[in-house]
Order: sequence, then structure tokens, then C-alpha cells
Amino acid sequence: MIEARGLTKRYGDTTAVDGISFTVQPGIVTGFLGPNGAGKSTTMRMVLGLDAPTAGTVTVNGRRYDQLGAPLQEVGALLEARAVHTGRSARDHLLAMAATSGIGRRRVEEVIDLVGLREVAGRRAGAFSLGMGQRLGIASALLGDPATLMLDEPVNGLDPDGIVWVRTLLRQLADEGRTVFLSSHLMSEMELTADHLLVIGRGRILRDVSVAQFLADAGGTRVQVRSPQSGALRELLDGPGVTVTSTGRDALEVRGLTSEEVGTRAAAAGLTLFELANVRASLEDAYMEITRDAVEYRGGSADSSDLQTRSAA
Amino acid sequence: MTSTVQTTTGSPLPAPPRAVDQRRVTFPRVLTSEWVKFRSLRSSWAMLLAAAAGLVVIALIIAANTGSHRAGLDPEDTVLSATLQGYHLAELLMGILGVLFVSGEYSTGMVRSTMAAVPRRVPVLFAKAIVLGVVVGVAMAVATLVAFLSSEAVLARSGHGFSLSDPTGVRVVFGTALYLVLVALLGSAFGWVVRSTPGGISSLVGLLLVVPLLLSLFGDLGRTVAEYLPSPAGEAFAVSLRLPHTLSPTTGLVVLVLWVLAAMTTAAVLLKRRDA
Repeated sequence: MIEARGLTKRYGDTTAVDGISFTVQPGIVTGFLGPNGAGKSTTMRMVLGLDAPTAGTVTVNGRRYDQLGAPLQEVGALLEARAVHTGRSARDHLLAMAATSGIGRRRVEEVIDLVGLREVAGRRAGAFSLGMGQRLGIASALLGDPATLMLDEPVNGLDPDGIVWVRTLLRQLADEGRTVFLSSHLMSEMELTADHLLVIGRGRILRDVSVAQFLADAGGTRVQVRSPQSGALRELLDGPGVTVTSTGRDALEVRGLTSEEVGTRAAAAGLTLFELANVRASLEDAYMEITRDAVEYRGGSADSSDLQTRSAA
Repeated sequence: MTSTVQTTTGSPLPAPPRAVDQRRVTFPRVLTSEWVKFRSLRSSWAMLLAAAAGLVVIALIIAANTGSHRAGLDPEDTVLSATLQGYHLAELLMGILGVLFVSGEYSTGMVRSTMAAVPRRVPVLFAKAIVLGVVVGVAMAVATLVAFLSSEAVLARSGHGFSLSDPTGVRVVFGTALYLVLVALLGSAFGWVVRSTPGGISSLVGLLLVVPLLLSLFGDLGRTVAEYLPSPAGEAFAVSLRLPHTLSPTTGLVVLVLWVLAAMTTAAVLLKRRDA
């Protein structure tokens, strides 16, 4: 379990993380979603005690990271930028990491097999492709058989085969009761992997919801309808609680009515329909909408209040 | 990679055993980790080998050159420590080795893995210093001993050889090795403070070679101050020739050790305080 309370990080005048609070629960995969530069990596570095928070706290299993006696067993982390000495072989890197916690060679060989790096384990990590580097990072994260896994953009650079493998692995780890926290700037990846979402934009948590709830909030389903008499159809359908938008010359998108209702009313009015379909809102669209809102909001008033906070401090 | 197929199916992880105490970070474990790191970099061994070879080869060359014609030579080429002048090369190499052992972690991003594994951080600084000190100490003690004995054997043929049992013999031979250890430690402290390979190397070389030269331009006062810089302080106990403006061997050793302690303390404070 990871708990952040009022977590803040400022670099000079820039606020990278702006007083965020969240809890990452065990047993599920929690996705940390946001555009590049939203504060995901900074937050993760603070979880690991690499960056000190300007304000607020973040704990892992109830304790600050630097208070953990056996950190590799509590948290396995994959950091965004490669955190491996390029002159060392993958195996030696893992052996050095393992040694800090008294983890033996057997476990090192085990994780090498687990991530599929057996054939290249003796090669310099500097010669690795991005995908191999990610696998090495995941191997390193798994070394201590940790209760919490925190992965920054884990599928970045992996081939499709590798992406499926990571997804399966994370699901399995969560099913074993572990806490799995992964970041991505790709909604499509989260839709397939995560159970719960933390959406971050400009250093603030914008949503803290289950994927199902996120989808419902995104407007649920819409009805897409095409008719040569779209003007008449529009007048017919419009009413309280219903929004009709034109999406093309003869196409409408209807919210607030089911496809059955649209079809029945059109038939009663003698209107011709070419197409009638339910469209599920894509998480991608919803995500874009939320982060765009955040950008607009932040562009307005929030910056000046930031300035006031700084001058007050 | 053929093994990908096998892992795609999701090979089972052993159920998490929660014997947390077995996997605690302890200082001996951090020390082991730093030893694994040191021995697994080819550059570590290349630099040790180059320094050792430099000491021995330069000693033999000096012995071969001075063996026949001693008259007209500078005193620094006839004293007991004369054949160990390869330490000029070795001090640069060992200083750079010290910088690299630390700055390599910053330039590659490895330091984030290291500090995530050892969140208290400062044990890593001590462990690196111990590994560096022991490895450089053993390698350079052997190298200076071999350099001294082989070169004096050459000189002995012309009747001018020194022996380890001569008054300053042991002090010079092992003092040179100790000087190289302290320079390597100073280099590692620079690596922690500066966090970059070029920056670390240039500031170390500046302090060892350039600053003493610059100070000597400022007359007597400059030369007096220069005595307390790391390299002149080291030469006070590593070299047998007594020149004016040189500290006593003991004072020189104390001064250099203080430099190392001050640099290490600065490094430790910054390591604890700064973001990794």
C-alpha cells in the first residue's frame, strides 16, 4: 500500500507535484495516468525517497521509504530512465542489487529467466535495446519478491509480445495480493491493464476512480444515428436531458436516449434511418477531455494563486 | 529470444514469503554489493593494471638510465624514492578511478537504483570508500614493492642500490601506496560532490597539480600555503628527498588524511541532503 498526503515537490519556481493525496490499494492494478510532464515520475521518485518532498508525506506500508529495513522486499521499482550502469552485464547488475539485501545468485538467475534475458545476461547492459533494458528493469524490480511493485512506463519500448507479457505478469502479481502501481501516458494501455485510475495533470490529481466508474463518468454510451432528414430528426429528439450534436452532414450523436428510443421515435415520425448504433465512450476520449480541461483551468486562475502561495511562504 | 514464449504464458512466481528480516540491508551486504560493482567493471581493472605497470616500468627505466652515470644528476634522481617517480602517473590514474567509481553511477543513472536499494545512502559512500581503499591499497602496495625491489636490483649492479631496510625504505615504499589510496578516496569524494565524470576529474586534477603550481607564483607565502595542499602533503611522506617548504612526513600524512576526511564529510552531507 502506498499513501500520499499533501505531497508536493517544487523545483525553484516550478511546481512539479502540487499537494496530491492518494492511496494505492493492494490486490489491484492501479494506473497512474497523465501526459508527459504531469508529475508521474517525480511522484514515483518521492515514493522511493530519491527526491525529498517539499511538503507532505508519502509512505509505503505505513512507513517512509528510507525507514524500510528491507526496501527491495517491500517495493520493487522500475524507473523511467534507465537506472543501470552501461558498462556492467545484466547479471552483474542484478547481483550487485541483490547483494544489498542478501538475495542470492539463485534468485538472480530466477528473475533472469522470468523476464527472458537468459541469452543476453552476460552482455553489457549498455548494448541493450530499449525493450531489453525494460526487461532488465523489471527483473531488478522483482528481485526481492516485493509486496509492492511500482513501474514507471513499463511497456515503453517493448514489442507487442513483451507488452502482453507485462500485462499478464502485472495481473498475476495483483491477483497474488500485491500492490501494483504503474504509470503510463497511454490511456489505451491502462484500459487493458488497470483496475483503478489516478489521473494526474499539471501536478494535481484530476480523477481517483475505478476504470468502470471512469468509463461511466465519461458519458457512458452514446447513440450514433445517420438520417437523410437529420434536421427533422434532431428537432424530434431534442428535449430536456438529451443532447444532440451533429457529427457530419447527415450524422448525429445523441446522449440521454437509448438506441431503442431513438429508433422508435424516428419510426413513429416516419423518418428514414441509414444507421443506428450504440457507441461506447472510449477512455482515450474521456482522458483527453479531462486533461484538456485541466490545462484550460490551470491556464486561467490557478497560476496566480500559486504565486500568492509562494510569496506567502 | 526463445524464452519469451515461455514467459508470455506467465511463469508462476513463488508465493511471496514475508520473512522481512532475512532481507534487511546491512553494512556488510552493502559492502558486498560495492565489491560486485567494482569487480564487474572492466575499467576498474584496466586502471589498476595501468597504474601498477606504470610504476614498475618507469622504475626500471629510471634505474636503467641512472645506473651508469650518477654524477650530474638532480638529487631527486639519486635518493631512495627516485625510482618510484611513476607515482605521478599512478596518482592521476587512481584519482580518476576514485572519481569514476562514483561519477559512473551518476552519468548512467545507476545511482537511482543504488539509492532505492540503500535508502539511507551514506552506507554506500563508506562501502565504496572501503572497497576502493582496500583494492587500491593491495594493488599499489604490491606494485610499489615490485617497482622498488626490481629497480634497486638493477641499480645494485652498479653498486648504488637501496634496500627496504634503509632508513626511509619502508616509509617511502608503503607511503607511496598509502598516498595513492588517499588520492583515490579524495577522487571518490569529488565524484560524490560534483556528480559528473569530467567535472570530478578536472577539479581533482586541478587541486592535485594546478593549484600548487599557481600558489608557488605567490612567493614564500604561496609556497607555505601550498605545503598544506593534498599532493605536497602526500609527497612529504611518500618521497625521501627533503626540500625546503615541505612538511614533516607525519604532518604531511595528518594533513592529507584531514583533506580526505573533510572531502568525505562534505560528500556525505550533500549525499544525504540532495535529491538523488
